[in-house]
Amino acid sequence: MEELMEILTSLHPDVDFDKEEHLIDDKILDSMDIVRLVTELTDKFDIKIKAKDIIPENFNSAKAIGALIDRINEE
Amino acid sequence: MLFTSYGFIGSVLILFLLYYVIPKRLRPALLLVFSLIIYGMADARYLIYIGITVVTVWYAALIIDKNNKAVKDYIKKHKAEMSATERKAYKKLKGRKSLLFFLAGLVLNLGILAVVKYSGFVLSGIGHMLSSGTDGVLNIPDMLIPLGISFYTFQSVGYLTDVYRENIDAEKSLPRYALFITFFPQLVQGPISRYEDLAPTLLAPHSADFSVIFRGLQRILWGYFKKLVIADRLLMGVTTLIGDTSLYRGGYVPVMMLLYTLELYADFTGGIDITIGIAETLGISIKENFIRPYLSTSLADYWRRWHISMCSWFRDYVFYPVSTSNASIRLSKWARKHISDSAGGKLPVYLSSFIVWFCTGIWHGASVNFIVWGLLNFLVLTISEELSPLYERFHKRFSFAGSFPYRVFMILRTFLLVCVLNLFDCFADVRDTLGLIVSAFNFGSYSSMEKGALLNIGLSVSDYVIAAVALTAVLIVSIIEERYDTSIRDIIRKRPYAVRFILWTCLFLATLIFGVYGIGYDSSQFIYNRF
Repeated sequence: MEELMEILTSLHPDVDFDKEEHLIDDKILDSMDIVRLVTELTDKFDIKIKAKDIIPENFNSAKAIGALIDRINEE
Repeated sequence: MLFTSYGFIGSVLILFLLYYVIPKRLRPALLLVFSLIIYGMADARYLIYIGITVVTVWYAALIIDKNNKAVKDYIKKHKAEMSATERKAYKKLKGRKSLLFFLAGLVLNLGILAVVKYSGFVLSGIGHMLSSGTDGVLNIPDMLIPLGISFYTFQSVGYLTDVYRENIDAEKSLPRYALFITFFPQLVQGPISRYEDLAPTLLAPHSADFSVIFRGLQRILWGYFKKLVIADRLLMGVTTLIGDTSLYRGGYVPVMMLLYTLELYADFTGGIDITIGIAETLGISIKENFIRPYLSTSLADYWRRWHISMCSWFRDYVFYPVSTSNASIRLSKWARKHISDSAGGKLPVYLSSFIVWFCTGIWHGASVNFIVWGLLNFLVLTISEELSPLYERFHKRFSFAGSFPYRVFMILRTFLLVCVLNLFDCFADVRDTLGLIVSAFNFGSYSSMEKGALLNIGLSVSDYVIAAVALTAVLIVSIIEERYDTSIRDIIRKRPYAVRFILWTCLFLATLIFGVYGIGYDSSQFIYNRF
């Protein structure tokens, strides 16, 4: 989770990712941020995030992104 | 049949009465039959094209869904006996059937779109190459291009992809699925709806709710006002200016860009207002396609507000798949290793954006000017993205950057940029467009324009006055909606009855009196119908 928070903060240093729960709905993360995030996560966590995983529910909060990483690792 | 034709308005009135008289369970069937009749009246052959798309996508999605669920059930049942690697291998092996049907659906339907819409463009290009720039040597057949084929094909492909990705369940009933694709108000110019958004409201049993019906009628009226009072009026000037670029250059070019950009807005957003309004009168809710695009403060902001359904389609079905593909990830890793971390993050984004804007350009039309238009958008957006740290520093350093006048400046700057880009829509030959833009900087030519020159382009003084007043009304409504982040209809609804009555009556009378029509007048085609 620490690594994830580091990546997120590097994208938007001004956002409190511990509290934000509507990163997509409130347009805090745009499509370019998402792709940068996906490439970073792929690199750091050695996972494969597919286009089908890129839905608001999976990226609306740091917690949801963490859950997505766990789920992909389990699969 | 055009939204603005008397035949269409009469047909919708009959549908409306029938819709609320017949039992609720029969209403989707009525909508389907009506949609097919309306579409078939434009040209009965269109029904063959759309029929093939509907049946093939519906069937492929059904097979994919069934197969995906069978694989999932099997893995769930045998989870304890299978290792993670075995589960993955089983999923890959059995998932091939889904992939096969998915690809077949894509190839067939995008293939039909490519053949009917782009074969002429490709063949003429080959012809020119073979004949070294003289007239093409290939006979290019005249293809029938069904109205709205780009819209319904994209909606179908979106649905098929969502089922393949297991984001939605496939629709089991063919007539219900057919209604989702052929629903008449949105068939020819969008929005490109998602199944999970439209189907629940489209197929739900609606009771006649007069407040909802009136809301729909208000939206329809606002759409007709934009189309008939503004768009069709400005069209007369736009047609004249675009029709003779040897005459209308220099000082005429800014006028041409401005009139076309305003006409495009009034035409397309007016058409979507009518679409959403008609659906509302039937109790059906369609997602918004525009959020006051000409109040955007940057081009990126503009593309979040203009033709939202098309932009989100390209984002979800082209941008994300390309940018998260193995090739993109490899490129990102390579860039991280050999260039910088920042380049590793940006390269897949820019590569995918390039592909998206190329596709967006060609989606708008089978000619080079649309590709150039798309790639110019890509260029401006990429440069803006690269310069964003500079903007941020500028905004932090200077306090006026957050002020109202600076915001107005950004809006006007973006509007001007959109005006220039839109000019590439107008002429197939990119050299003509570039020549016109260059001529606009020949300020000496401005003084040589005859006095009253702008009254000789098909627009009279009263046309300018009516268009200016109508556009001011649209601007005021947009500013109010932007300020309160709500629909103008909701704001008016809270006013006393007399105020509401006066406002809507004035709008109705303005449309009736100042709309560009008359006995025997056939309103112009909506611009986006041609896509």
